[in-house]
Amino acid sequence: MALQSLDIKQRSATTTPSTQVRHTVEIAKLIDVSTCIGCKACTAACIEWNDIRGDVGNCVGVYDNPVDLSADAWTVMRFTETEQNNKLEWLIRKDGCMHCSDPGCLKACPSPGAIIQYSNGIVDFHQESCIGCGYCVTGCPFNVPRISQKDSKAYKCTLCSDRVAVNQAPACAKACPTGAIQFGAKEDMKDYAEKRIADLKERGYDKAGLYDPEGVGGTHVMYVLHHADQPNLYAGLPANPSISPLVSLWKGFTKPLATLALAGVALGSLFHYVTKGPNEVSKEIEDEIEREDKEEAK
Amino acid sequence: MIRDPKDLQRYNASERANHWVVGISFILLALSGLAFFHPAFFPLTQLFGGPVWARIIHPFLGMLMALSFLGLYFRFKHLNKMTPADKEWLAKAKNMVDGNDHDMPEQGKYNGGQKVMFWALAVCMLLMSVSGILIWRAYFGFDISLVRMGAVIHAAAGAVMIGLIMVHVYAAIWVKGTIRAMWYGTVTRAWAKQHHRGWYRQVTGK
Repeated sequence: MALQSLDIKQRSATTTPSTQVRHTVEIAKLIDVSTCIGCKACTAACIEWNDIRGDVGNCVGVYDNPVDLSADAWTVMRFTETEQNNKLEWLIRKDGCMHCSDPGCLKACPSPGAIIQYSNGIVDFHQESCIGCGYCVTGCPFNVPRISQKDSKAYKCTLCSDRVAVNQAPACAKACPTGAIQFGAKEDMKDYAEKRIADLKERGYDKAGLYDPEGVGGTHVMYVLHHADQPNLYAGLPANPSISPLVSLWKGFTKPLATLALAGVALGSLFHYVTKGPNEVSKEIEDEIEREDKEEAK
Repeated sequence: MIRDPKDLQRYNASERANHWVVGISFILLALSGLAFFHPAFFPLTQLFGGPVWARIIHPFLGMLMALSFLGLYFRFKHLNKMTPADKEWLAKAKNMVDGNDHDMPEQGKYNGGQKVMFWALAVCMLLMSVSGILIWRAYFGFDISLVRMGAVIHAAAGAVMIGLIMVHVYAAIWVKGTIRAMWYGTVTRAWAKQHHRGWYRQVTGK
């Protein structure tokens, strides 16, 4: 898609800059955990819009169904029962790709253009270039990408990039009956979140706040949390997610350096040969052996 | 091909075949591995029928190399024990590299440098095998912190190994009369006397 390529900010395994000229508005999805009722309309809408049908699973005794993200479940509801201030709380978090500004998946991917980040902030997998190595899984700080058992390609939430491209809200946001999923410009979403947080604080949740973690440069899926000081409560939402230092080491400056070092060894060998010359068997020793042979022959 | 019946046998046919299975699998592994190492090398995947095939084939080649390397390891490890003479040789290695090998200490079948190479490659091979299994997503699903560790070790040990093999190959090119030992197994007596006098004495009785 020619026009779409103008809006690509970053692509995987590409060392030259992607298009930088056009400036588009950064978008975001805001998930207000405090108004989510766990109805899973978003899950259904996601399945419907994206034409993904997971196998029917088993009841594991709690509401989580599907139990986990998979190649054909790009968003799942995670239910947590917790006691806060001597009150039982039922926390429901819609889990899926966070669309990081600094995406670990994209950084780790070895296949050029298999993972791209649009200038609006959406991080998208292009399965036709995916080689199925799973490096995106290794790079992701949120444990989101899944490799399909059917085709060995990586899948995750696209933030309905196809809908957003034609000015439609993602399917999940469209389907949400309580307005817990909002979609729009990231700045607008932050403003909206502020109002929600003020409301929550008024109602006694004095630690309410926005989850837009800086460790990954901010995300394009944000949460309003009643307990923003303890994101871990929400089915293990990481408090300070960032790309693992191991991944940065693996994908950072070390590889160009190692490449240079290897080139150095190759060139060093060549120049060693042309400056020092080959290491030949000395004439002296050859003559010695010839003499011995002659003596023996006598 | 026997040029001179008095040439010395350095490697038998089975050792040579073993070496070349390792060598061929190494070359294929290095090419496909570099493709995933840095985007600059990604086009190398075309040598393997495209990037997906390169991803599929690479670990199987790795298994082939690890197993055949094990063969070389057990064939040659007893010949690669470090001795005081090797340490002396290593201390003087700079002279050797400078092209002056007159006062190098007498060496057995392998000199100190070759022994260091042997053990360095063995360590790399072990690291590559273990870390390779950790990151082989098609068949294994290890804990993410192990996979991340594996990815770093695999890339680092791989780069070191490619560097070591470059040195290994160059040394064989540089020291004339060496490569034939791996083609048809023999070296001249003069070659042996100059580079591995201890071994020369041992096999000729002189």
